[in-house]
Parts: sequence; structure tokens; C-alpha cells
Amino acid sequence: MTAPADNKPLLDVRGLTIEIETRRGPAIIVDGINLTVGKGETVGVVGESGCGKSLTMLSLVRLLPNKIKVKGGTAEFAGRDLLKMSKSELRQVRGGKIGFVFQDPMTSLNPVMRIGDQLCEPLIYHRNMSKADARKRAIELLRLVGIPGPEQRITAYPHELSGGMRQRVMIAMGLACDPELLIADEPTTALDVTIQAQIVDLVKDLRKKLNMSVVWITHDLALIAGLVDRVAVLYAGTVVEDAPVGELFARPTHPYTRGLLASIPKLSDEQASRLSSIGGTPPEPGRRPKGCPFAPRCALAESVCHESVPVLESVAGTSGHRVACFVAQRQMKEAA
Amino acid sequence: MAAEPLIKVENLVKHFVVRLGAFGERGATVHAVDDVNFDIFAGETLSLVGESGCGKSTTGFTLLNLQKATSGKVIFQGENIVSLDEKRMRPYRRELQIVFQDPYSTLNPRMTIGEVVGEPILFHKLATKAELPEKVTRLLADVGLPARFASRYPHELSGGQRQRVAIARALACQPKFIVCDEAISALDVSVQAQIINLLLDLQEKYGLTYLFIAHDLAVVRHISDRVGVMYLGRLAELATREQLFSNPLHPYTRALLSAVPEADPELEKTRQRQILVGDVPSPLAPPAGCRFHTRCPIAMDKCRAVVPEWREVVPGHHVACHAVEVGAAG
Repeated sequence: MTAPADNKPLLDVRGLTIEIETRRGPAIIVDGINLTVGKGETVGVVGESGCGKSLTMLSLVRLLPNKIKVKGGTAEFAGRDLLKMSKSELRQVRGGKIGFVFQDPMTSLNPVMRIGDQLCEPLIYHRNMSKADARKRAIELLRLVGIPGPEQRITAYPHELSGGMRQRVMIAMGLACDPELLIADEPTTALDVTIQAQIVDLVKDLRKKLNMSVVWITHDLALIAGLVDRVAVLYAGTVVEDAPVGELFARPTHPYTRGLLASIPKLSDEQASRLSSIGGTPPEPGRRPKGCPFAPRCALAESVCHESVPVLESVAGTSGHRVACFVAQRQMKEAA
Repeated sequence: MAAEPLIKVENLVKHFVVRLGAFGERGATVHAVDDVNFDIFAGETLSLVGESGCGKSTTGFTLLNLQKATSGKVIFQGENIVSLDEKRMRPYRRELQIVFQDPYSTLNPRMTIGEVVGEPILFHKLATKAELPEKVTRLLADVGLPARFASRYPHELSGGQRQRVAIARALACQPKFIVCDEAISALDVSVQAQIINLLLDLQEKYGLTYLFIAHDLAVVRHISDRVGVMYLGRLAELATREQLFSNPLHPYTRALLSAVPEADPELEKTRQRQILVGDVPSPLAPPAGCRFHTRCPIAMDKCRAVVPEWREVVPGHHVACHAVEVGAAG
């Protein structure tokens, strides 16, 4: 589960704040996020569109779009702050020690380059491999991710492969240099369920084999239930709840987490006539309310929720379960 | 279910001819929908599920005569509607509506919400211009939007609100039947639940019949009366919700159900999954015999040569698979 106490986490993000330039001036879209990932740990980062989950991860390797900038915070990776590294230092990390898998393989793979050449590029750059060695390793990687006939497929262009195959190529690229950390940004969202199941099994398998840490970004709570060790739930640019996966599903504490869990129909459920849903929609970036960002949609909101911002506090009687909610925190104190 | 079906789909086929090669010198046929048969009963929700490219959306489009069927019949009110030209189709259009997946590209960005919702009412002459604002207000109220939204433009609305507008437009001419083509797939989880509830409420209020096209099996289980599973242009299985989810007969249905992740870490730890190998073959050259045989864990020689017959193995439970015995569903 979580990293042993004597061991520093592999990735330690503290107070990360990201701003976007808008016509109305700068607006905060990620507000002081704290996130740790232990060695060999798999962390799910969950949230709906626009909650800042992808931007948080992109900011770590400085791949943010033009008008979006990191305004504060630190992100230590293996003891060094990624946000303060020089460009040349960062290049060693990016694609080397940290591997990325993006959501849409059609736009992230180079359409006019054979997949073999795309796989060899990081190996030649980061590992100083010869072309021949890189080619051998590329074939090995394609086999590792379960692509049949890798010797032939290596000369294929991305458009010649199916969506599932392309996503496997993306994963092979993410893994090319044996990263210590793999960041997977909705890697299965564009895929069908039977292919998704194949990819999830593949990542589980590889994680064990390579002892990698994984950050899995998704909006799909059901998907991560069987996949991750720990979950951070994001809402409007803040972590609202952070817990070991079993704990989160057994005892969701933040009203947003509870609402999310209640609004997914379960395959094992008998038919219920109505789903419980969360009223309203998440705030737009730059229009975050004062106080708790979830307060306008929250059935439990009190006056304090509209005034000040709650911070993450441990849930009594648990280890590693933290929640940022005034009401939940007060109820715990009353119960204690 | 002894009642006469609202819509009867018989041997529906839709092929597309595509040009391949750098100069389009080669012709090829995409077998998008091949010999599909099913009934839709009044007041029910029939779902079609399957993976991308299985032909579920094409079935919905062809059934509404939005694309010309290659062959086959769709009987609605005693008329084979897929044989009608656009002019003779017009009176039926009012009764048969569709809601699309992407509310960002299906609403005209230059029309106000009031115009979007009011347009079909004026087109079908169901109200005069003077009566229109009141009708629009009532429709917006039906989908849970305040009347002031009538003067707004689509870009001012969130995804969930736009989907409500698309539903209001579909409702505008008091249809009997609505095809929901992945109508909730593009929405965030918390909003998705709102729209599902809205669709269920409207069905109850107006006695609507839905053909619900989706790939999310958990949602399908939640809202459907009957479910059809498609694979590569053909129906593999069709049954009531209880039959399909508790006693799936087709090996593809079983694999599909076992691939759906469950929001329950304890269950996921112990769950036996049946993971399919390989990808869906190209609909340009579907495999001979049973189209699923290339990925089927129990394929026999017969499956590679003979197309399995579409049979009703127990009342209400149809399946196309050589390995399923008649009566085996028991």
C-alpha cells in the first residue's frame, strides 16, 4: 500500500497552484494541490472534466499549454524539485524516469513516423542505444504490451493499427526507458470495454514486473476500484478527499465523493427507478466560488462552507484517509 | 409482450460502399448492419449495446430512415418507413425523434434555445407563432430548464443543459418514439445521472418508447426493459434485462459483461474475468460463419463456416450461437 514511513515518497507534490490567463485576467484552476506517490504505489486521480487532474500532471513535466502557468508549490521527484529543474535536466526526466501515456493515441502519435522509429527515439536519446539495439528493444516492448507479430508491426504507421493497438504502442513508449513513474492520463477512455480490460490487466502486470509507481488519471471510479492502491478525488482544482481505495469505497466521507459514488449505476445492482444525482454543474475555471468550491452544489453546506476554504484533515480512526469538508470534520469531532 | 409491436424491424441491412486506395480505385463494402431483426414495444426501453463499429448507431439511423436501408423493412403504423422518400416520410418524422451524443455539435450555434426548440413545432404546424413562446416555456420546464433560457445561445450552456435542450427539441412534436444515440455518453458522471433520471421521468409522463443506444452496460442495465447485444453488424443476443444480465447465453455477451469494471474494490479482487484476446475484425471483411469466432473462447469448426441462426431459445430470449442449445436458458 503506501510507502513505508522511513522511505520518502517517489513523488511529493505540495501546494501546487496553476493559473490560466483569461480575458478577465488570471484565474486559478489548480489551487494548492498536495499529492504523494510512494515507490511501487498506484494512485488514482479522479475527477470530472475541468477539475484540473490532467493539468496537475502535465505541469510536473512542464507540458502545460501556453496560457497556463504554475504559480506556486513544489513537486519533488526522487528528492529533486521538478518545477525548478533546468530544461536540460528536465529532458532527462521526461520520457526517461517519468513515462507518459496520453488519452488519445491518434493525436499523440506522430502520424508520419513508423511506430518502430517513434519507439526507438527515446531509447537512442535517453539510453544512448545504437539503432540496432534500440530496434531490438522496441520489438521487445511491443511484445511486452501484447502486440502480435512485433517484428512486422514495427514498420507500421499509426493509422494502420486499431485503437487498442495504438494505445498499446503509447504504453510501450511510456515504458520504453523503464520509468520509475508512469503517468497514465485516461489511457482507456477512448477504448471499448473489452479492450479496456486488456489494457488494465497489462498495466497491472507490468507494474508488478517492473516495480513502477503509477498515477492513473480518470473520471471513472469503477475502473480504478480494482486497479489502484490509493485515490485522490479532485473537485474544481483541489483535492477534496484522499484515501486508500478500499477505505474510499467503504467509507466515502466528502459529500462530493459520496454523490459521485451514488450516481454511478452498478452492474451488480438490481434496477432502481432513479439514480441519485448531484444537482448543478462544476464551476467553470475562473469562476470558482469563495469558500469550499463544492458548497453551491452541496446539500449539507452551512454558512462556513461559503465563507472559508476547508483543508485536508485526517478522518478519525483511519490511517491515510483525509477529507476537506467542514461538515464532515465537525461531525467527526462531535462523534469523538 | 403479446401486444403488437410499435416498430417491427425485419431483416434490416445497411451496407456502405467506400473507396479505398490513394485514388479511390478500389471499391469495398462495409457491412455495417447485416440482417437484423427485432421488435420494439410501446412504452418500453430497448437498448442496443456493443463496441464501437458494431453497427448499433447505424441501426438507429437506418431505422429512422435518416440513412437509406440497403434492404429489409421497418414497419411503423402499418407502413414500411424505410421505403418512403423524404416527402412521404414527413408525417412520420413528427412521431419518430432522435437525441444525439454530442450536444456541442448538434445545436445550431446561431439559434437561440427558444428557436432551436420551437423550430420543429412551426415546421409541423403544431402551433401558431403567437402560441409558440408558451409552448417553448412548457417544453423547457419539462426538461428542467427555466423559461429565461429561451433567449440564450447554446454556447452559454453547459453540456448537461445542452443535452436537456436537445431532449426538449425531440419532445417538441409529441413523438411516440425517441432514439437516444449515446445521449449520455459525453456527459460527466454527476450530470449523466441527472439526464438518465430526466429520460425516465419523461417516459413515464408521456408514455414514450426509447431505443437507447449505448456502450455503458451499467447504465443500460439501469434503464432498459430489454437489451440487444450487437457484434460486427449482427445481433448476437436479445433478451429482457433480467435474462440478459443474469443468464447471458452468447459468449460475447458474457465477455462483455465480465469486462465491465465494478465500483467495488472488494468485489474486483475476487472477480473472475474473462478477457477477450485480439481486436474486433474489420467490418470491411467480416469473418465467415459466426462473426465472433475469431475471438470466441468456445468456437467450433461449424462456427467458422456456418452463420448461426437467430433463434428464440426460451420465450423472449433470442440468440445467434451454435453452442447454445434450444431450451438451455432454463
